[in-house]
Parts: sequence; structure tokens; C-alpha cells
Amino acid sequence: MTSTPEARAEPAPRLSQTSASGIDVPARVGPGAVDAERIGEPGEFPFTRGIFADGYRGRLWTIRQYSGFGTAEESNERYRFLLDQGQTGLSVALDLPTQCGYDPDAPMARPEIGKVGVSLSSLAEAETLFAGLDLAKISTSFTINGTAAIIYAMYLAVADKQGVPRAKLTGTIQNDILKEYVARGTWIFPVRPSMRLIADTILYSNEVTPRFNPISIAGAHVRDAGSTAVEEMAYTLANGLAYVDELARRGGDIEKFAKRLSFFFYVHMDFFDEVAKFRAGRRLWARLMRDRYGVTDPRAQHFRFGVVCGGSSLTAAQPYNNITRVAIETMAAVMGGAQSIFTCAFDEAFQIPTEFSAELAVRTQQIVAYEAGIARSVDPMGGSYVIEQHTDRMEAGIERVMREIDDYGGVVKAIEDGWLQMRLAERALERKQRVDSGETVIVGQNHFRRDDQTHEFGEVFRLDPGAAGRVLEKYRRVLDTRDGARAEASLARLGRAAADDRENLMPYLVDCCHAYATVGEMVATLRAYWGDFQEPVRL
Amino acid sequence: MNVPDDSDRAPAGASVSALRGKRILIAKPGLDGHDIGAKVIALTLRDAGAEVIYTGLRKSPADIARVAIDEGVDAVGLSILSGSHLELVGQVVDELRRLDAADIAVFVGGTIPAADHPALTALGVRGIYTSEQPLAAVVASLARELA
Repeated sequence: MTSTPEARAEPAPRLSQTSASGIDVPARVGPGAVDAERIGEPGEFPFTRGIFADGYRGRLWTIRQYSGFGTAEESNERYRFLLDQGQTGLSVALDLPTQCGYDPDAPMARPEIGKVGVSLSSLAEAETLFAGLDLAKISTSFTINGTAAIIYAMYLAVADKQGVPRAKLTGTIQNDILKEYVARGTWIFPVRPSMRLIADTILYSNEVTPRFNPISIAGAHVRDAGSTAVEEMAYTLANGLAYVDELARRGGDIEKFAKRLSFFFYVHMDFFDEVAKFRAGRRLWARLMRDRYGVTDPRAQHFRFGVVCGGSSLTAAQPYNNITRVAIETMAAVMGGAQSIFTCAFDEAFQIPTEFSAELAVRTQQIVAYEAGIARSVDPMGGSYVIEQHTDRMEAGIERVMREIDDYGGVVKAIEDGWLQMRLAERALERKQRVDSGETVIVGQNHFRRDDQTHEFGEVFRLDPGAAGRVLEKYRRVLDTRDGARAEASLARLGRAAADDRENLMPYLVDCCHAYATVGEMVATLRAYWGDFQEPVRL
Repeated sequence: MNVPDDSDRAPAGASVSALRGKRILIAKPGLDGHDIGAKVIALTLRDAGAEVIYTGLRKSPADIARVAIDEGVDAVGLSILSGSHLELVGQVVDELRRLDAADIAVFVGGTIPAADHPALTALGVRGIYTSEQPLAAVVASLARELA
């Protein structure tokens, strides 16, 4: 990269009058913005101020860092390190072959083994990943979607092997396929059989692992791809309603399954957008549950969510600035009442974090939790003129976007047609153009740059180049040593169940896992009945 | 190789016809599902006058080389954010060479650490872009390389 040594004299940017989500923000807001009745009390409908009356005093948010790479052995070692640093829950990153349903020896899989997460091709790898970790005590979150049912089945099988009662398991599978079609891309099957598989996992989990979250309806990826905070919440609530409708169609009891629905969002840098987004989302969801579905149990009206701070709000330019960004975002998450927080490491914009940067990210949360004092009182910004007006405007914006999706014909149609995907791409282009023009300020990237800055700094994370080979070797060993007939029989039963819409596939998947059938084999079995999603490529 | 810098920064709209007459394939090799960068670039190159073809997700290097040849493109832009760029770019370049189409220029965008730039250049990659570069700089860089 060429560099010109002389400093550029740029005028300081002007403060904008609208938020990053396009919400008009006056310089001064008065007491008229606060309607105490509309806002309500913490722990009470409509939960604007939080789902718990005592906020974080009863229980702090879960510090949950997304982590995993290479082999199960290496990831197990990183998990033990993070738990030693005071992390309170695991969050498993899986590699792309595992997420897309390919075994490590598939040609498409080879270049991707262990790159963005750990490879988990069969129960043998899962046993290694959780070795020495007591699954009755640790809650584990899996960012897994296309193969969520399989990975959940594998987790149950590991618990069985460890002798941990399934009912004691806590954790989350993301299991939100709708947003995969829109933004994240790890879909496998067409939309409708995928919805069946998701309903299967939720209905099964409600009975077998009642403390487990069988879905985390996620706006995070849509947001990171370019949507505004308003659209992030609107798409997520719309997807949530699609799942509720599917579960109700399957005969699920909404008072029961709604208690285990959870959500997941990004926190980016516009502080009031973020706090208002969570307060508005919580209120909207509670109303939808009560008014549209007649839900009466408050716990089934609760909007519980985890967040990730960082992502595309982080920059490779001047990377230490990211430490400040993540601290501010963590504060917004706490003011918004998040149940779990993942703070990106400052180098996560361009590499897997090192132990040093990963520890710093955990420390950021601990500083916000225990030094800053903002977690002491529930919803500390509640009643602020600015935040209440912003929450109202955010809520109106979210409802407007939800109506647009409804008018189109609902999320499933909008996704099958590629309409939502196109809309997101256009929004991403607009966002990028605003950054390029300097209208959206990113310190160190498009303003306050130094031309002598270099991206080379600190410790560099190096993925062990031998990891892929070890994954393959272990995969082949599993195939050679398992009871092949048992694996085949379990897959055949899975196939027959897939052909019958009345069957819940979960028990069959758990059997397959116990028989050391591989993720690729299970996916191939289901694909034979359901086919592949045909991506609508629209530009 | 051509890595754009700030000197390429031009006001939006200044390069409306910079790529007129060029055919460009934007492709997603491998399993990475992050396609927004690819779509933003595809829309931008189209606005700059190019005819753009986008493959959609999860294409094998052989698929990509085949489409590039069938569509008679001048350039292939590969979008990779999963860290598997060295393997996948190498495979696409090999396929193009095997099919006697080494004249098709290859560009790469995504999460590409600076340390990997020399290896990609050695494979014949003509430009490497990240999300932090201005779109106008990417267009200007491609226009120069494809002139």
C-alpha cells in the first residue's frame, strides 16, 4: 500500500441529526416524551424496562465468547482457557463443512476444514470437544443452523455418554434457518422441510431438555450484512412469528414453546439506536404474544436475547480503536438488558483472536459489569426523555418494516423469491456509499486516518496447518472402527422417518449420532427426500 | 498487482462508464455464505458500466472456471471471507489454466490478511480488495487492470 507521509488536514465531521438507523434525533427532547403507562415497570408487561424486576441483581448476563477452530482437541483447550478466565458459558464455533453438512473428505469441504470453527463430523469429535467439561454445569451455545438438529442430537448423545441426564442440559442452538437464506448462507434444504426440522427440534427439546433454548432467532447476521437496527429487529420479529405459526400448525402449545424462544442481535456503535432497539423489541414481542396469540403466561411473553458486540463495526485500520468500540457497545447491551453478551476481540475483524485479545474481550465485560456500576439498577436509562422518544420512534419504524414484509406476502415468500435478500444488498450498498463519502464517520478508517498506519501489530494468530490433516485422519478412523451395520441401519430409519411428515426426526437423529453416523451421512439421507434449496440469485 | 489506496478515492458517480464493455463474473467459491460484499461489488461494477454475472453461493472452482469461459468474461472476482482463500484461489487459477483460459484476469475480495497478499500475487491475482477500501477505488483499480 502506498503511503503519503504528510498529514492530511481534514475538517472535523459534523454531528449528524439522524441516528445510524435513520431515526430523527432532536438536539433537545423534553418531558413530554415520557409516558409512564406506556413504558411500564421492570418485570411487568410490556417489559419495555426488562423482563426481570431486579435486572442484573438476580443474575448477571452470561459472558459467552464465540470460539472454536481447528480440531476438537485445540478447541477444548481454548474452552478450558476461557472458563479459567471467568467466562460463564461456552459458545461453539463450527467449521463450514459441519455447518453445511459435508464430511471432511468431501471436495467442497477440504479447503474449509477447521477454518472458521471446529470440525465436528461425528460423536467421536464431540466427545473430545467436551472432554473434562461437566455438561450439567456448563451452558453451551452452538451457532449452527442448517445442521442444527444434528448437532443438537450429537450434544444429547455426548451427555448420554457422560451420564448427564438430558433434562439438566442448558444452552442454545441457533437453529434459525430463515436468516440463513437472507444473510449467512449455510442453508441446505428448501425452506419448508427446514421449517419442519426446526419445529421438530423445538417440540422435542421442550419435552426432553426443558432448560435448553432450541432456537435463537437471530437478527445479528442481517445487521452485520448491512441492515439498519430497525430492519434487524423487524426481520427478526417477522421470522419469529413464522416459527410460532409453524409450531402452532404442528400442534405445539404456545404457552409452553414460547418460553424457550430466544433471540440474538448485533450491537453496533450508535448507542441510543441500540438501547432503544432492545427496549422496543421487548415491548413489541410481548404485545404480539399477548394480542395475536393470546399468550397469558408472562414467561411466554418474555423476549430473551443474547448479543454480539463488534462484527462489522470493527475496523482493520487502527485496530486498537476496536477495544473502545466494544466497550461502548457492551454498555449499550447492558442498558438494553441483554441476557448474554459476546464481545468480539479487537483483532477479530481480520483473524481468529489470540489468547491475549480473547482475554481482553472477556475483561471488557467484567469491567462494565463490576467497575462501571451501570448494571446495578434495572434499565438505568428508563425515563430519559431521549431514550423514551427514541424507543417510541424505533418501535414505529420496526412495525412499519414488518408491515412491508406482510404486504409482500410474509417472510417465507419474501425469502423464496429473493426479495428480502435483494433489499438487504441494496441497503448494504447504501451503507457502504455513506462510509465512502465520509457521511458515516468511522474513526481511523474514513476520518482521522494516519497514512503511516500499518496493519501489522501485536501477536498474529496462526491456525495450525496440520489441523485439517488430523481431522481427516480421525474421521477415517471413526469410519473404520464403528459398527458399520448399526450406522447404516440408523440412517435407513432416519430416511423412512423423513419421508413421513408426522414423524419427529429428533429421536432418529440421536440414534444416528450414537451409532457414529456422520453429519455428512445424515444430511445426505435427508437430502435424498427433500432436495436442496435453490438459491434465487437476483441482482 | 494493484492494491488501491486513497489516491484512487473519487466522488461517487465519477466513474459511471469506467468499465463499459467489460464482462465480469463475481463468484463465491467454497462454502462461505457471506455474500453481501460480493453483491455490493456486483451492483457497483454494474453501475460503472460492466456486464456483471453473479454465481450465487457455494460454487466449486471447476464450476466457476466453466461459467467464466462460457460467459466469455474479461475477469473473475472471487469473494472469500472464510480464510480458505489460498486454497480456493489456487484451484480456480489452476482450472482456468487447464481450460486454456489463463487470460481471464482474477481478482480477490474479502477477509484477506496482508501476510497472504504475496502468495496470491504469485498465483497471478491482479487485485486484492477488502471491505474498507472505497468502492470508487475498486472500480478505478479494475478499470486500470482491464484497460
